[in-house]
Amino acid sequence: MNIEIEELAKEFGTTRALHPVSLSIPSGALVALLGPSGSGKTTLLRVLGGLEFPTSGRVLFGGLDATGLSVQDRRAGFVFQSYALFRHMTVFENIAYGLRARPRRERPAEAEIVRRVNRLLELIQLPEIGGRYPNQLSGGQRQRVALARALAIEPRMLLLDEPFGALDAKVRKELRQGLREIHDRTGLTTVFVTHDQEEAMELADLVVIMSMGRIEQVGKPTEIRARPATDFVRDFTAA
Amino acid sequence: MSDIALTRPVPVTTEPPLARYLLIGLAAVFVALFLFAPLVTVFVEALRQGWVGVIDALRLPDAQAAIRMTLTIAAIAVPLNATFGIAAAWAITKFDFRGKAFLITLIDLPFSVSPVVAGLMLVLLFGANSTLGGWLIANDMPIVFAFPGILLATLFVTFPFVAREIIPVMIEQGRTEEEAALTLGASGWRTFFTVTLPNIRWALLYGVLLCNARAMGEFGAVAVVSGKIRGETATMPTMVEMFYNEYLSVAAFTLAAVLAMLALLTLLLKSLLEWRHAELLAATRRH
Repeated sequence: MNIEIEELAKEFGTTRALHPVSLSIPSGALVALLGPSGSGKTTLLRVLGGLEFPTSGRVLFGGLDATGLSVQDRRAGFVFQSYALFRHMTVFENIAYGLRARPRRERPAEAEIVRRVNRLLELIQLPEIGGRYPNQLSGGQRQRVALARALAIEPRMLLLDEPFGALDAKVRKELRQGLREIHDRTGLTTVFVTHDQEEAMELADLVVIMSMGRIEQVGKPTEIRARPATDFVRDFTAA
Repeated sequence: MSDIALTRPVPVTTEPPLARYLLIGLAAVFVALFLFAPLVTVFVEALRQGWVGVIDALRLPDAQAAIRMTLTIAAIAVPLNATFGIAAAWAITKFDFRGKAFLITLIDLPFSVSPVVAGLMLVLLFGANSTLGGWLIANDMPIVFAFPGILLATLFVTFPFVAREIIPVMIEQGRTEEEAALTLGASGWRTFFTVTLPNIRWALLYGVLLCNARAMGEFGAVAVVSGKIRGETATMPTMVEMFYNEYLSVAAFTLAAVLAMLALLTLLLKSLLEWRHAELLAATRRH
């Protein structure tokens, strides 16, 4: 599903987190929102997920206006920076949460829920950990469980906030590969936020560089490297 | 090499033994003298005339009415304040709005206001001399010197306990788990019952126990608004005072012992729950 962002702005009180920005994300793309902290990248991601509402501008999902759509109705799989796993539930119940939360008519039968959760546990290559609690997992395992939980709702897109931020370098490399594989297998339009330019350049099809609430440049990693559009992009990618 | 091995290691992370035993002993004596001795005295005094005296005291209609009154008040006040406390804590920790600091101050107000003043405030507001009170009495809905007044006083005094206990926990846990539940399609209510409530249940339990202890034990505010009418508006703490002033010391201490037992029972309940759920408690602690 393609995503269109039209003249989107967000203000928190008197501070402008996002100046009017426009961006179009083709269906099935893996997009990185790259920028230093305070550049507005997380705000943009949260607006897409329905966790913040824009001050002005529009968001279109698959050509339809989704600006006022509630967070529940967006069906956007969201992976939080600290993963936000439900600490009082087992891994199995965490992943099943979105399925159980559906209205009765649309809720799968218990056997179907078990089947789907087990399939997701296999997808993230952790088939044995369904009975554990989040604090019994390593950081990398938590991240993958959060991804499985987001995928369980059969999302229309995948949104990830600094998905590798809290991990050490080795795990980070492995999980980057894991995300790429899951993206390629599901074909979901995926947007992730990062401040690590190497990560963005290596993983994404399309990199959106942001600074001070504005989009500085949008392009393929090779294009951005070859032709930085502004001084900021040149400095930021050289660092 | 051998020199080092021969010197006795001096522990650097603790005090010398003498200082340790002295400090621990001091604390133990203090606890025994100021915590256990009074508790034991209450039971000893109650049993001064044996079990017969205790049973006679509990047969007094005034004592029974006081026990009923206190239990009824607690049974209404605690669930109400648990609900208000959760609502207030939810609003304060999960949303940003104007006047938040003021709301927090309001919640703390009962802690800083003397209970007697709180009782007096109710008397001034609803008493026979006020316009509102006069109208209420004329319409047969008296508040002061009646059940509603005692309930209002208890509600006011015990309001902060639940909110104060769960606000820090909710702040520490942040909003992301709730946000995650919403992105997974859960409604606000479902999020509250399946994510927020389970995460605060221990703090909530402590808050409820504290609230309950205070609701049953409150004296000052209740003494002012209830008028201490025997058999009608007297609660256990006010009845204890009345018995004692009338030199009915066995009755006074018996009622005090029942009150103490209720407190001990809640403590026991808390420990039991903690013990039974120790494993889950350890597993779900913040990672």
